[in-house]
Amino acid sequence: MLAQQAHAEDEFLEVIVIDPYLEMHTGPAIGYPVTQIVERNKKIKILKRKTDWFKIRTPKNKEGWVHISELSQTLTLDGKKTAFRNRTIEDFRNRKWEIGLLSGNFEGAASLTLFGNYYLTPTLSTEVSFTQAIGNFSSSLMANVRLTAHPFPEWRVSPFFALGTGIIDTSPSGTLVLTVDRTDPIANFSLGANIYLKKRFILRMEYNQYKVFTSRNANEEVAEWKAGIVAFF
Amino acid sequence: MESRNRSLFLNTTLAIFIFGLLASTSFSLQAAAPVELKNDQIIVPEIKRRTIKQAKIDTEDYEISVFAGAFSIEDFGVNAVLGARIAYHISENFFAEFSLGATKASETSYEVLSGGLQLLTDDERDFTYYNISVGYNIFAGESFFGKNAYNSDLYLIAGIGNTNFADDNHFTWNIGVGYRFIPKDWFAIHIDVRDHVFNSDILGADKLTNNLELTVGFSFFF
Repeated sequence: MLAQQAHAEDEFLEVIVIDPYLEMHTGPAIGYPVTQIVERNKKIKILKRKTDWFKIRTPKNKEGWVHISELSQTLTLDGKKTAFRNRTIEDFRNRKWEIGLLSGNFEGAASLTLFGNYYLTPTLSTEVSFTQAIGNFSSSLMANVRLTAHPFPEWRVSPFFALGTGIIDTSPSGTLVLTVDRTDPIANFSLGANIYLKKRFILRMEYNQYKVFTSRNANEEVAEWKAGIVAFF
Repeated sequence: MESRNRSLFLNTTLAIFIFGLLASTSFSLQAAAPVELKNDQIIVPEIKRRTIKQAKIDTEDYEISVFAGAFSIEDFGVNAVLGARIAYHISENFFAEFSLGATKASETSYEVLSGGLQLLTDDERDFTYYNISVGYNIFAGESFFGKNAYNSDLYLIAGIGNTNFADDNHFTWNIGVGYRFIPKDWFAIHIDVRDHVFNSDILGADKLTNNLELTVGFSFFF
């Protein structure tokens, strides 16, 4: 039984405290009270992490939460400095995946967009997005795929342009029966910028010009502005 | 010609690599020698160096929850609401949340008083919504239950989304306040009050409606 426990404990990362002492909070936020401290040179086990807080266990089997800034001064058992750190602009430059939510104005209608983006190279990415535009007279659902070029991926404010295609389904408002439900192919051109904020977050602003290939005589042109928050991985 | 150049290049790299390897081993032997002289032990203990990866630390930044409660649709009475949420905790203060909910509208007082008249069909009474919101933990601290202290948060939340009601989509703002009672690191109980605000022309004229929701939920962190 004891042997088993010892084995289970081995699963946790163990570090040595270098700061004069660590403050242990009862919960993973600054507002929770400090009930314990750990002194220098004590070995602590790291049980889990919530945002920037780590749950630790002391040699006396006391548990509590410690902020990442206090753990940056700890050593691993083989004497190496632990590398607890947050994401920085370097990670932004080398990001692979993005997901985000944008909101804006789709030719007078309020629009909501959810998207996923994958970087083939730092300068080229492919994106899939779903947009719902909610207007007074009709609402639309739109799915798009696009190829985005990022000519200056190393800049903090990094501009991009994109070409894409998709489909749009437009249905009239429930209280109106004048127009008919229709589904049309769509093509778009976008211009925008990604602005690195902090940690893993980006602010994105973009302008889209859509061409809707209707079955009627004339094609429609739609302009859209939107902005939102993007998280990268 | 090109392939010969390449093999020449490979050979050179290989030679440099082997040379480097030899140099480093001879260096390490030299470095190790004085230590052996100092040490009286015949058997030098082999110390296992564990390589530790940060990725091994279990993170619990996501929270999934189900909730139930009462939903008051303006002009259409109060009914039971059911829904689910997923939240991502960005920092100790901020979290982002995606929420889905469904309820059903009952009759307006006009419909009840008029006898058989119906403004909406049964299908049109379905009320579903989704929204994406940002929450802010304003009072993180302890709540006392009997003699025991438990962690808890009071949070403010606001966001945008869509409401489908009367066979129509409505762009919807939501704003609210919630209380998170956290008896375990991985488990919490929520009490939420939200106001869903959208423009509606179901009763003829366009007007801004306030739809209040009171729910209780359970959540799990993972």
